[in-house]
Amino acid sequence: MFEIVKRKEMAQGTVVLNEIKAPKIAAKAKPGQFVILKATETGERIPLTMAYTNPETGIIATIYQVVGKSTALFSTLKEGEGYQDVIGPLGKAMDIEKLGTVVCVGGGTGVAVMHPITKAMKEAGNHVIAIIGARNKDLLILEEEMKAASHDLRVCTDDGSYGHHGFVTDVLKQTLEAEDVKLVVGIGPVPMMKFVTKMTREYNVKTLVSLNSIMVDGTGMCGCCRVSVGGETRFACVDGPEFDGHLVDFDELSKRLQAYTDMEQESYEKFKCET
Amino acid sequence: MGDKQEKKEKKKDKLPRQVMPEQKADVRRHNFDEVPLGFTEQLAMQEASRCLQCKKPACVDGCPVEIDIPGFIKYIQEGDFTRAIRHIWQKNSLPAICGRVCPQEDQCEGLCILGKKGEPVAIGHLERFAADHERHYGTGQLPPQAKATGKRVAVVGSGPSGLTVAGDLIQKGHEVTVFEVFHKGGGVLVYGIPEFRLPKEIVAQELNFLERLGVKIQCNEVIGKTTSLDELFEEGYDAIYLGVGAGLPRFLNIPGENLVGIYSANEYLTRANLMKAYRFPEYDTPLVKGRDVAVFGAGNVAMDSARTAMRMGADNVRIIYRRSRDEMPARQAEIHHAEEEGIQFYLLTAPTKFIGNEQGRVTGMECLQMELGEPDDSGRRRPVPVKGSEFELDCDLAVIAVGAGANPLLTQSTPELQLNKWGYVIADEKSGKTTKKRVWAGGDIVTGAATVILAAGAGRIASNSIHDYLSVGW
Ligand SMILES: Cc1cc2nc3c(=O)[nH]c(=O)nc-3n(C[C@H](O)[C@H](O)[C@H](O)COP(=O)(O)OP(=O)(O)OC[C@H]3O[C@@H](n4cnc5c(N)ncnc54)[C@H](O)[C@@H]3O)c2cc1C
Ligand SMILES: Cc1cc2nc3c(=O)[nH]c(=O)nc-3n(C[C@H](O)[C@H](O)[C@H](O)COP(=O)(O)OP(=O)(O)OC[C@H]3O[C@@H](n4cnc5c(N)ncnc54)[C@H](O)[C@@H]3O)c2cc1C
Ligand code: SF4
Ligand code: FES
Repeated sequence: MFEIVKRKEMAQGTVVLNEIKAPKIAAKAKPGQFVILKATETGERIPLTMAYTNPETGIIATIYQVVGKSTALFSTLKEGEGYQDVIGPLGKAMDIEKLGTVVCVGGGTGVAVMHPITKAMKEAGNHVIAIIGARNKDLLILEEEMKAASHDLRVCTDDGSYGHHGFVTDVLKQTLEAEDVKLVVGIGPVPMMKFVTKMTREYNVKTLVSLNSIMVDGTGMCGCCRVSVGGETRFACVDGPEFDGHLVDFDELSKRLQAYTDMEQESYEKFKCET
Repeated sequence: MGDKQEKKEKKKDKLPRQVMPEQKADVRRHNFDEVPLGFTEQLAMQEASRCLQCKKPACVDGCPVEIDIPGFIKYIQEGDFTRAIRHIWQKNSLPAICGRVCPQEDQCEGLCILGKKGEPVAIGHLERFAADHERHYGTGQLPPQAKATGKRVAVVGSGPSGLTVAGDLIQKGHEVTVFEVFHKGGGVLVYGIPEFRLPKEIVAQELNFLERLGVKIQCNEVIGKTTSLDELFEEGYDAIYLGVGAGLPRFLNIPGENLVGIYSANEYLTRANLMKAYRFPEYDTPLVKGRDVAVFGAGNVAMDSARTAMRMGADNVRIIYRRSRDEMPARQAEIHHAEEEGIQFYLLTAPTKFIGNEQGRVTGMECLQMELGEPDDSGRRRPVPVKGSEFELDCDLAVIAVGAGANPLLTQSTPELQLNKWGYVIADEKSGKTTKKRVWAGGDIVTGAATVILAAGAGRIASNSIHDYLSVGW
């Protein structure tokens, strides 16, 4: 068993943080990499990014939004309990280089995925502007952490309850107008990433995105996670999860993410009835 | 001798090959229980009595690991089932599995002298019987183990190849740890081959047997990512065996292949078998249930996928294969079982594209009729398209089972390992040694997708070489 040593709720309980004891993974993990977790014998294999890790204490942290049966099941696990299986580190680590000004755009739980990358970008000597957004103030996560990880944090909420009133893309536009941006990293819901890349294409700024396609093994063995990038089929689990956003077929990704909507609902409803 | 044997043959051949009882096709196509039910003691002894006990048994030449076939059959004839299984174990540590999945018609049974005029001895059924009998009624007594040598061996991959190495070396007194990337051990035996052909309980029992001998099975560990080969050496392992299989799916590379409802056989079968999607929602992993299913390819993997789809409740399951019946690589028994279960065969048919709806789900495909032309590199007649023969088929679930390649995850992280042009690890045939010192390899990662027994056989060869190294030197 992989023990949960710390559990914290965020964004009014819709987002949960788990610190998990997994020393071998913690020793190796790099920003951008993920793990696959399975809670129980009958459970599903679920990929989650490592929001931070500590090689000394052997801890890896996941921050996940409760969206369906498996994440709801994960959220019932208490400190001292744990996951039956955790495997990783999976995926390629993000290339972290000194480029100049880098903009990190995170939406929803994408902020959790973005956090270690932002931090590494700053440590590599870049000037890092972070833009994070959520539907409203209560759903915003990791504001303090992102502030510390970047030089300049810009916050937006869809409903204007906090920070800039509007979408992250509005703030991104202002930033692209005002600064000499060398790289944009955009991580969040698929529509957000799609709009971010659409905008940066206009400004001709290289953009990396992190793709959250459905996965099974996470080792390149099944092809479940395949995505079209520049007209070629790539496996997000081993060739990614980061890709050049200007080449990604986001519409195909959205459709593939809906492969099991009906069954997922059935499963979630059943789980809610049982608990 | 020839004369005498001929006579013996006549006398014994009167008894027909005993038929193993199996679930009826119309029943089994709705469940995942094993199809053949096994021999009773009586059937087994009757079948064993057909064996002529040849002095120069042809069957043994056909067995990749040279089991003394007449030897173990004789013990079954005599009703000494314990000695029969012990006899098999000398050459093959996975008889319950091999008895079920080996392509006997191309191996031992294909060469059995009785097959010349009539039906060969049912060697596979007898092997299975001996193993099952031991599993059900055996003492469970462990084989003798050599004194601990203090040497440590890391086996990467828990398929038949790795398990064979682990079993051999633990008995020779070495400490063995098996590393497996999945959360369960067994390789293709658990994630690929379905329950109705190889009950998972049998694989679990083999793993349990190894654990009782002292083998450690460490799941959830990606060698090459979580730990590198050099780190394993640093941790104190003296030798490493790579049995990582051929885990890279091949696709058709035709338009529309990323539509929802199109799976590689690896994904489809992993969801169904390892993740038990056929028991959704009791198990959490979902799987698209098709009405009109198309499975591409005609090997064992294709048959397994087609028969799984049938059991998941499909109306039509079609095997689509671009060559003719004679070239179908699957075991005869499986093709036969598939046909009995109502699976349709579209031979000399090649897909050209998939058709989808607005939601991005597959709804159909376009195919071409083929005819056989000149022989190709493999000596098989090359299928060539018939002009203007395009036709459409409905299809809401497609499974692509046209072969596997070498997964580069481990090999990429270990540059000292020399690979051939297809990415498979180069290993010496007689020892299993790779180009990296103290590293051996065997099974599908060396040969490309092959068979359980060849993977196990390669494991046996390597374990001997590893033992020599640990006792004498490289
Ligand atoms: C590399 C990677 C990193 C990720 N990191 C994070 C993270 O740090 N935090 C976070 O909140 N989420 C992350 N996700 C998404 C997360 O895996 C899904 O939200 C989760 O699987 C949903 O499962 P569920 O059963 O709770 O919901 P479901 O009801 O099953 O699914 C909700 C949606 O999640 C997606 N999904 C379902 N099953 C899988 C699966 N096996 N693999 C991937 N996606 C699936 C589908 O699009 C589905 O429509 C990541 C995904 C990937 C691929
Ligand atoms: C659906 C299907 C049906 C088949 N039917 C038959 C049949 O009827 N008869 C027959 O003889 N053969 C059959 N085969 C072929 C046979 O199963 C294989 O040839 C055999 O399993 C190969 O054994 P192996 O030990 O080399 O590899 P595998 O069985 O593939 O095992 C390799 C293991 O290594 C693990 N691994 C991979 N990379 C790593 C890593 N980096 N770190 C740790 N672990 C790793 C994998 O997860 C896997 O568990 C079938 C194959 C399939 C897919
Ligand atoms: S199985 Fe067939 S070939 Fe082998 S010893 Fe018996 S009769 Fe001879
Ligand atoms: S998840 Fe199976 S290949 Fe990526």
